[in-house]
Amino acid sequence: MKQLRTAALVFLAVVLLASLLAGVIAPAPYDFQFRESFNAACSTRHLLGTDALGRDRFSRVLFGTRVSLLLAPAAALISTVLAALIGGAAGYFGGRLQKVLMSATDLSMAMPWLFLLITVRAMLPLNTEPAVSVVITFGLLGLLGWPAAARVVCADAAKLIESDFILHARAMGCSEVRLFCRQLLPNLKPVLTAQFWISIPVFILAEANLGILGLGVVEPLPSWGGLLQELQSLALVTGRPWQFASVILLIATVTCFHIVIQREKAES
Amino acid sequence: MRRLGFFVACALTLLAPRLVVGQSELRFCLTSQPKTLNPIAVDDDASETIRYITGGVLIRLDRSTQQPVGELATGWRINKAGNAISFTLRPNLRFSDGTPFTASDVAFTIERLMDPDLHSPTGDSLRSKSGKVETRIADPFHVTVTFPAPVTGLERLFDQVAIISAQSPKKFMAVLGPYYVAENKAGSYLLLKRNPNYWKRDQTGRQLPYIDSIRLDIQQNRDKELLRFTRGEIDLINSLNPESFDLLKNRAPGMAFDAGVALDSEQIWFNQIPSSPLPDYKKAWFNSVHFRRAVSSAIHREDISRVVFHGYAQPAVSLISPANKIWFDQKLKPHAYDVKLALRELELDGFRLQGDTLRDRGGHPVEFSVITNSGNKDRERMAAMIQQDLRAVGIRLNMVTLDFPSLIERITRTFNYESCLLGFVNDELDPNAQMSVWLSSADNHQWNPNQKKPATAWEAEIDRLMQEQASALDATRRKRDIDRVQEIVWEQEPFIYLVNKHALSAVSPNVRNAHPVGLRPQVYWNIDQLAFATQPRRSQ
Amino acid sequence: MSSWPVDIDTSPSRTLQLSEVDEVGRYCHLGAFHRSRTVAFARRFGLFVIGYCARLFAMLLIGGFLCATLVRLSPGYGVSEEELDSRLNAESRQALRDRASDQGLTAFYVGYWVRLLHGDLGTARSLRAPIEELIRERSRETLTSAGLGLLIGWALGLPLAIATVMTRSAAIKVSANVLASIMLCVPAGVLALLCIIWQAPGRLVLGLVVFPKVFEYARKLLARSAAMPHVITAVAKGLSPYRIIFWHIVPPALPQLIALGGISMSLVFAAAIPVEVVCDIPGLGQLAWMAALGRDLNLLVVISLMLTGVTLLANSFADAFGNRKPMEAA
Repeated sequence: MKQLRTAALVFLAVVLLASLLAGVIAPAPYDFQFRESFNAACSTRHLLGTDALGRDRFSRVLFGTRVSLLLAPAAALISTVLAALIGGAAGYFGGRLQKVLMSATDLSMAMPWLFLLITVRAMLPLNTEPAVSVVITFGLLGLLGWPAAARVVCADAAKLIESDFILHARAMGCSEVRLFCRQLLPNLKPVLTAQFWISIPVFILAEANLGILGLGVVEPLPSWGGLLQELQSLALVTGRPWQFASVILLIATVTCFHIVIQREKAES
Repeated sequence: MRRLGFFVACALTLLAPRLVVGQSELRFCLTSQPKTLNPIAVDDDASETIRYITGGVLIRLDRSTQQPVGELATGWRINKAGNAISFTLRPNLRFSDGTPFTASDVAFTIERLMDPDLHSPTGDSLRSKSGKVETRIADPFHVTVTFPAPVTGLERLFDQVAIISAQSPKKFMAVLGPYYVAENKAGSYLLLKRNPNYWKRDQTGRQLPYIDSIRLDIQQNRDKELLRFTRGEIDLINSLNPESFDLLKNRAPGMAFDAGVALDSEQIWFNQIPSSPLPDYKKAWFNSVHFRRAVSSAIHREDISRVVFHGYAQPAVSLISPANKIWFDQKLKPHAYDVKLALRELELDGFRLQGDTLRDRGGHPVEFSVITNSGNKDRERMAAMIQQDLRAVGIRLNMVTLDFPSLIERITRTFNYESCLLGFVNDELDPNAQMSVWLSSADNHQWNPNQKKPATAWEAEIDRLMQEQASALDATRRKRDIDRVQEIVWEQEPFIYLVNKHALSAVSPNVRNAHPVGLRPQVYWNIDQLAFATQPRRSQ
Repeated sequence: MSSWPVDIDTSPSRTLQLSEVDEVGRYCHLGAFHRSRTVAFARRFGLFVIGYCARLFAMLLIGGFLCATLVRLSPGYGVSEEELDSRLNAESRQALRDRASDQGLTAFYVGYWVRLLHGDLGTARSLRAPIEELIRERSRETLTSAGLGLLIGWALGLPLAIATVMTRSAAIKVSANVLASIMLCVPAGVLALLCIIWQAPGRLVLGLVVFPKVFEYARKLLARSAAMPHVITAVAKGLSPYRIIFWHIVPPALPQLIALGGISMSLVFAAAIPVEVVCDIPGLGQLAWMAALGRDLNLLVVISLMLTGVTLLANSFADAFGNRKPMEAA
């Protein structure tokens, strides 16, 4: 297990370093079209082949990693923090506040927030930088992704509030804020970490799906989600296994994070 | 005798299941549920498919020869004024439910179609001017339709007019075409069965259609459609994208058909609306013919045809596709890719290349956005290629994909866009169908609609030419006018035409008499003559 | 022994009478007590039901209004693709625009509810069909897909979570991790495509979409339960693994698992939209997508109300069962 953790750490470090040094490592600009060799197979010139426009896939994976690896976890963090605050407060205080907050959560789960995303996109100037547009998209995903987790957090918090250690803390004169922040929230960590790790790939895929409505990462900026979209065409996928590089990288990264965090939790 | 009857009954009972299995069924897919089965209210692709297969028309445009052919009408005559057409109807025909077909059905159909409250594209195509359309029934098999003003290309427009019954209790569900709608499971499939009263027979006297029924599955997923085709679950795909076409061609070359260039085109245009919320310097760019020509010359159309469409497209010339043999101006050639020419054109307007950035007279870097509809991979790729092409002349292009309703709102209501990349779907050969695009006062005049008077001399000239050809009955004169319109559009480039796509389709080798063409519907245009070589065995 | 003289009344009848009086009195008192308890309970229950229904109705009102606002104010509302048809003349185009415009959001919503309360769901503008008919035709598909999705998701997720918690084998833990990560990271469209290629039912995709979420949450909850002292004691005492799981690990986590069950219902209905679109399943999810693309306000409000209702009911049910005190270990 220790070797596994070490291997996971090394892999994550390599991925992070590669994404940060993408400008140096990438054999070609991510948006340059080698029009004579589109949909090309792997070669020494193009390690992962080229896409439908002749862009070097390896370069796009490197630059896409930067976008997704920075923004998806940030969005996941936002949604997790909101779930912790709203769900935690609901479970902690209980009573009417819990009813109101959970009703709001249920409503949030049922609303077609897609239209809010479309409206926000429409409000942005047409010449918005792709980077700004993608930050806003992920930010919105983070702000809208908390309801499901808030419910589980609330149930967890409602149970924890009756625990002995909370009673002890109250008996010792702990203030409500300290009780919430120092006693309750740390014990909600299992649920919150689950939420966090689930959210990362969910947001990456959501960004890709939003591309169908023009709300994802704007061309030519690459992202994991955009690269994953390539796989949804039968004609492109059959007989071209190198196209699965992006999804394999995503799976490997998410799995490695799990291994590292689980091990850290076990050690703590 | 009784014993014989008993044996016959047993034989029939034993044979009956085999007879049922022996019925042939053609299967293919629609991408969406038809919104209506009423042939006169059709305004979407799926409904048009149903109308084509089930509707009986007076005159049919033969998709292979592009010439009108009589169907329910054995003959017709257009008067000198060009505003009336007289039909001689085929006698003794019946609708699918047995109701007799007479001239009163034609009159009823025209009356319903020309109802001003209907607002159907078919009716509007026939409506050259407001006023009542009159029908005069001379006898049950002769009818004259008179319009308030001359209608150009009148006979060809009747290709879309499916006759409905005035008498039948089934109303528009009683049809004169080769098939009728037997079952409609919303969201799932439609089953069409052969019309027992269909009038057409083949040369041997056998009643058409050859195939007993057609099953149309509602299938949005094109990959699933292709997989089902390769497995033999469906018999044809009317329209294939280039990637799927290549995949099929590699696996089964005999099943993939490239019918050559089609009528559709892809183009970019700039927002030239004076009241649009754009900065003045950008309006000045877009209104400049030199700027538009420069952008046009900087775009590599051959690369787009080769990379995006895998060679199944060709650089477009002007508003008429080369597939339109009658109206295309053969003298015109596509704009060549020429970066030096582009820079020269830009210099004429005071643009200067400073390093990698092009700047206008006022020093503004030339940067603009192009909107296109999201989810359309071909257009997204074209825009990405144009982005790279324009970088060579120092222009920075920002690509913005929008969902279709948002895009339509921008180009028809708010006019808050800089340039737009879209395609034209042309179903009609006659350029008169594009009047609402070329008249400067029309609201489909995309780059600057609803003008009170033409903003430029060339738009005024196009207005004059289009109105002239609309009222001209002489084909040569019309051709001359349309050629001149094409030349003006080629010079001024209000639309920068990019490519004309090919008509790609797939047909099972088991299907006989299929001859895919460039006009819609590409494969099943002669649906009543399609047949199977061998009876397909398929599970429900 | 007491030296005090005691005046003892040994009259049995009086004692009996007294006891009878006591018993009868007690019985009468008990009977009245039970009756009053029943009445009180019935009153409380009735008030609860009325309160719950009122709350549900209020939530539906608010949810529907929010949905209508989001759709009504979104770009592209009131435009239709038919406007770009070059065959249409100016009057027809104007008629299309007039048809799409409405009287304003509040007026629309009030009118909508008046019609709804009379049983009229209205017509879907984008599909030109009565909404009731559309929903009736498509509900079965979605309910089947959702049911199957939940079944597969929980059937895969929960046992795998239990196995991960109970085992010491790193290989099993990592494999489970990898499997869940794969299902989380592979787009639904690719899963659907694989189902198409392998001729598997497209509905499987829903289960595969729900499974990693169920697995991840359940694993965390069960792992925390498994770390409790009573479980360690149970293990030390040599109890069988099945007893430990079902008597000592699952019960403390039951409220949260039930809450997760409520959420997974909402998740599966939300996931049904892209899955039905990709797999061409003619269900409510596909209908919702078409309505969204067509900005069909009537249809979207109805679907939103249905989804709100399902979410509220599912989560209320989860709350009701989850709020009971879980079995604590001794």
